[in-house]
Amino acid sequence: MFGYYLQLAWRSLGRNRVLTTLMVLALALGIGACITTLTVLRLLSGDPLPGRSAQLYYPQVDPYPKDGYVPGQSKPQENLTWVDANNLFEAHRAPRQALVALGSAKIQPHDAGGRPFFGDAVMATAEFLPMVGAPFRYGSAWSADDDTAGARVVVIADFLNQKLFGGANSVGRTVRLNGNDFRVVGVLGHFSPQPRFYAINIGRSYGDGDGVFLPLRAARATEMAPTNISCWAAGDIEHLETAPCMWLGLWVELPDAAAVANYQRFLDGYVREQVAQGRFHRTDTALPDLMQWLRNEQVVPDDARLQAGLAFGFLLICVTNTIGLLLAKCLRRSREIGVRRALGATRGAIFGQFMVEAAIVGLAGGLLGLVFAEAGLWGIRHQPAEYASLARLDLSMFAFTFVVALASALVAGLLPAWRACVVAPAPQLKSS
Amino acid sequence: MDVLPILSTLRRHKITALLVVLEIALTCAIVCNAVFLISQRLERMQMTSGIAEHELVQIQAFGIGKPDDARAHTQEDLAALRQIPGVKSVALVNEVPFTNSSWNSSIKLDPKQKLPTLNATQYFGEDLLSTFGAKLVAGRNFNPDEYLEFRQVQRDETLQKKVTGVIITRALGEKLWPGQSALGKPIYLGDDSVRVIGVVEGLIRPSLFNGDDTAQWSMVFPLRMDTGNASRYVLRTAPKDRERVLAAAAATLRKANPHRIIQDKKTLDDIRGEFFQDDRAMAGLLAGVCIALLVVTALGIVGLGSFWVAQRRRTIGVRRALGATRRNILHYFQTENFLLATIGIALGMVLAYGINLFLMLHYELPRLPAYYFPVGAVVLWLIGQAAVLGPAMRAAAVPPVVATRSV
Repeated sequence: MFGYYLQLAWRSLGRNRVLTTLMVLALALGIGACITTLTVLRLLSGDPLPGRSAQLYYPQVDPYPKDGYVPGQSKPQENLTWVDANNLFEAHRAPRQALVALGSAKIQPHDAGGRPFFGDAVMATAEFLPMVGAPFRYGSAWSADDDTAGARVVVIADFLNQKLFGGANSVGRTVRLNGNDFRVVGVLGHFSPQPRFYAINIGRSYGDGDGVFLPLRAARATEMAPTNISCWAAGDIEHLETAPCMWLGLWVELPDAAAVANYQRFLDGYVREQVAQGRFHRTDTALPDLMQWLRNEQVVPDDARLQAGLAFGFLLICVTNTIGLLLAKCLRRSREIGVRRALGATRGAIFGQFMVEAAIVGLAGGLLGLVFAEAGLWGIRHQPAEYASLARLDLSMFAFTFVVALASALVAGLLPAWRACVVAPAPQLKSS
Repeated sequence: MDVLPILSTLRRHKITALLVVLEIALTCAIVCNAVFLISQRLERMQMTSGIAEHELVQIQAFGIGKPDDARAHTQEDLAALRQIPGVKSVALVNEVPFTNSSWNSSIKLDPKQKLPTLNATQYFGEDLLSTFGAKLVAGRNFNPDEYLEFRQVQRDETLQKKVTGVIITRALGEKLWPGQSALGKPIYLGDDSVRVIGVVEGLIRPSLFNGDDTAQWSMVFPLRMDTGNASRYVLRTAPKDRERVLAAAAATLRKANPHRIIQDKKTLDDIRGEFFQDDRAMAGLLAGVCIALLVVTALGIVGLGSFWVAQRRRTIGVRRALGATRRNILHYFQTENFLLATIGIALGMVLAYGINLFLMLHYELPRLPAYYFPVGAVVLWLIGQAAVLGPAMRAAAVPPVVATRSV
């Protein structure tokens, strides 16, 4: 039976080639636009550390002065001061935790002809790389002792190792950063969480990842400056450890709800203590997990959301268009339907026949929509946005395209098919 | 043309008519808002900077390690850059418009004020205004002997009180002291005050993180930068010489010190282009969607129109046989389309207004200007008429003899 419907549908579609092309094209355009924008949205709101992100939390406090403070109306700050970061860090209230700040390193190649260049740097404490699950190709992360001793050691990214050492095992060799020699203790495998959750508040959220990872104290001792500094009063930004400035992030690993509640209590207690000592004036705290932190920071740009909304509006219009055309076609075929019904076809059979026709339009629309989506993503990749190069259709989106296409076509086919199956055979036969 | 017969015919094709109306309404709503978004983006891209954009180039140089004598190196660099043929002026500055990297400070008008009045950007660098080409409209520029070394001022608080004045933009003056002259008025940065000695017509901030309304809130201080605390050399030259000057500047800087990083050799036009590239991309995308939407809608009308004509061949034949002219038939379909389009447009306007309200709420967009409604209506009417013309002409061509044939 199904084969017969297919044959009928095929013949019917072939009878009005222009119209069929029009329907398929319109549907494909709508689907292509939707899939393109959805892929971008998914990319932007993706989880940078699948499997780990639910256990990573980001404590926030507010060291700002009392002036202008309205309790309940202000949010804690994005970063911590050196003092608060270290106080919270030294309390060791989480199984694993790490301080992190972004910087940039002037990297000098050893060969005489090589020109120095900039590399993105992460200043962190020892547990940062293991905690976020960075894979090591050679060597390992530095130790907590290296942190306290201010050891000049560094972990370099795979692409930097390729550039500086031709991809060889460079553990034990030195890299010259900001005019100082650092000993390589580890070389990472491919590591670039998207978005780079530890760097989102400075706008370096997507892309290859960072070149060098080095102990915070050693980096500061060689005068590496953090990229994001925010001060609430005048201070010497060359002495950030004492200035009224915020520039450090603290990530803590909290395995379960009890640990989170405990840490929240500890954080609130810490802030109350600071208020009692007169250091703090505001009691707001926050402990978002990684994904919540990304949402708070509005990683997904408004433009991307707007584009997705627009694409769905577009698809809606295309589906309306398809309904209209399918309906018009079906009404013209009242006589054919009348004949089939008179010859014994049930309403269900007529309904099935028209739905199969709609499904063929949907599948063709989906297939062409996929082509349009690929073209759209190619267009996105050639856009200036920093996430551009990551915009690729993955398997689940591929499958989703067909679900959307089929669903839209079937929805579009419902009304015409229903109209077709309620056609009363007698008047249709009479009129001829 | 009599409308009543058309209405009674449409009543018999409720669903199909409704679909056409719906499609036109949705298209109208989306296209109105999309065109409005495009106009917003284009307007933003026209933002004035107040500087001689077409004559400026920027090049960044970063020394490595602690500079032993940054001041002397800076003077050597500047002298060498001035030697390049075609260079009119050179400055080493802390920030450059449209680069998204900025130094900002909160300012107060009264030291006892608890909350700062606003946040403005701080431009530093000798010869900054003359190099940028910012136009002085009141007061005076800094004298050469007024400049202090930023390096020393930063370390020595007593020197901070010795800064002789600040030059601000007209927009900032108007914001701080509405309706008054800004000249001679004090601005407080922290506890120290500095008086306004000059006003420039405009000087845009390097980054617009506080919103586009604050774009012109800039201050210029008589502070001299050196290679230890600033990296941006700005050169002014004739527009046709820019590329050559950039290449020569890179060679000059590298020759003076091979162990430094030279990057971002760009004309200010390019820097501006990059600054607004997201807006340009978005505007292009919206324009593409608008065109696609209008085409899909027009083709939909063509498709439906053709079907209607085919379906009513007999009726048309009967009308023709009873004395209706070709023109009558043509007008019939045109009027029918006009009616459907009008209902669709009316519905679409309400929808457009609704979408605009939603966007205003969530994306800080202004209200849709009223003139969008009549313009949108006329455009959709025209598109509808153009789309229905083909099918209507085919209808008009139906011969009266069709009436006598049984199909």
